[in-house]
Amino acid sequence: MADPGDNATPLLDELEKGPWPSFVTEIKSMASENKMCKDLLGQLEKSYREKRGYWKHGGIVGVMGYGGGVIGRYSFLAEEYPNVAHFHTLRINQPSGWFYTSDAIRGLCDVWEKHGSGLTNMHGSTGDIVFLGTVTDELEPTFAELTEHGFDLGGSGSDMRTPSCCVGPARCEWACYDTLHLTNDLTQTFQDELHRPAFPYKFKFKMAGCPNDCVASIARSDMSIIGTWRDDIRIDQAEVKKYVDGGINIHKDIYANCPTRCISWDGETLTIDNANCVKCMHCINAMPKALRPGTDRGATILLGAKAPIVEGALLGSVLVPFIKIEPPYTELKDLVERIWDFWGEHGKNRERVGELIQRVGLGNFLEAIEVEPLPEMVAHPRENPYVFYEEYFEEGDEDEEEEEDE
Amino acid sequence: MAVAPEEVADAMYAMVKEYQGRKKFKAGDLTKAMIEKFGEAECDKKVCKAAIRALMDSGRCVYTYFGGSFIEIPHVEGAAEDAAKD
Repeated sequence: MADPGDNATPLLDELEKGPWPSFVTEIKSMASENKMCKDLLGQLEKSYREKRGYWKHGGIVGVMGYGGGVIGRYSFLAEEYPNVAHFHTLRINQPSGWFYTSDAIRGLCDVWEKHGSGLTNMHGSTGDIVFLGTVTDELEPTFAELTEHGFDLGGSGSDMRTPSCCVGPARCEWACYDTLHLTNDLTQTFQDELHRPAFPYKFKFKMAGCPNDCVASIARSDMSIIGTWRDDIRIDQAEVKKYVDGGINIHKDIYANCPTRCISWDGETLTIDNANCVKCMHCINAMPKALRPGTDRGATILLGAKAPIVEGALLGSVLVPFIKIEPPYTELKDLVERIWDFWGEHGKNRERVGELIQRVGLGNFLEAIEVEPLPEMVAHPRENPYVFYEEYFEEGDEDEEEEEDE
Repeated sequence: MAVAPEEVADAMYAMVKEYQGRKKFKAGDLTKAMIEKFGEAECDKKVCKAAIRALMDSGRCVYTYFGGSFIEIPHVEGAAEDAAKD
């Protein structure tokens, strides 16, 4: 076999094949003008070849006064690949809903080509703009230029992570509240929590405008704020008929996919038993011209989702079935602060809120954060052993039970 | 009268310095320790928050990340030293 030479990357080249965009192609496109990218390719090829990673993660790097926004990364192979001896990541707070002007994106790219590898990830899984790869000495100059362009660092470590949201009312007619405004408001209100890590571990907010949950907040955020409504789904019967005439089979396509079978169709009129609707959005998505969310809108707050890191994955559970989401969001912020207080007081190192709730029990948690237990917090009847409805017990009940046992 | 954030910052700094290299403290650990030291009537979370901010803004302490965020006295860490040597 011919010697592939020092710059050959036969294993990485495999990742350029196929119909998908390739990060290898992107790194290669920068390698001719940026030494970091050239060494990055070399180290990565070696990692694939030897089946091990060569990055050291974490450490002291950051900008003055901030504890989040910079993720330290060093190479174990600094001698072999000196241009990636430091390869720190920066997280930049994205605009709500990821709306940019072309000028803003050009500005970001100019800053990063000047101070770093030029490689970006638009966007990271928390939502931030991710700048991949720079050296410690370039952190402060990068930060200074970013602020000149109107950007700030995002969260990392044990802090409030950069809040993110769906495009909301800017582009979506289903948005039940202004996700963009709430995201910006929470970001501004909790600047200290974003930049100065003071929690047991990370805390993520995601704002979804409707139950379609396009940002997957129910699985990806500690506090998921999902738009909903509490009145009736609006029905345009004439449009329903048009869908039927166009080939939609209401029984098969709509009724059979409704989780609570709360829709009925007599061939003329579509009826929805709204009291039993669980706001799954299926019927609305299937017939968007005929059905619309109600007009009494707000959000459901769920708590406790997380990906598997220290412990297994959790989905968010309902904490507040319905809340009006209107500026200045005082009720929501008070709730958040009570949750943070309890978590800060009782959370173990690297324990997410969802794990804390599992450890102390939902009943104790609710009592501590001054939230009344509600049936909506229980996913299925008799499943949740934590909620204890004291009001159903009267003085003397226990004595009676003991007597019955005897 | 409540204790001044500067005094709390000094006490936090002394605690971090005493344990440097042996134990890492999170912001919450320092807050709990200060409330215990000065008493709830004198010191609360708000004062501790201001104290931590003063420590960071003055450069006396820095945030570090080792599986979680900690507050430490600035030092050159092993990984950075290794990268510098190479």
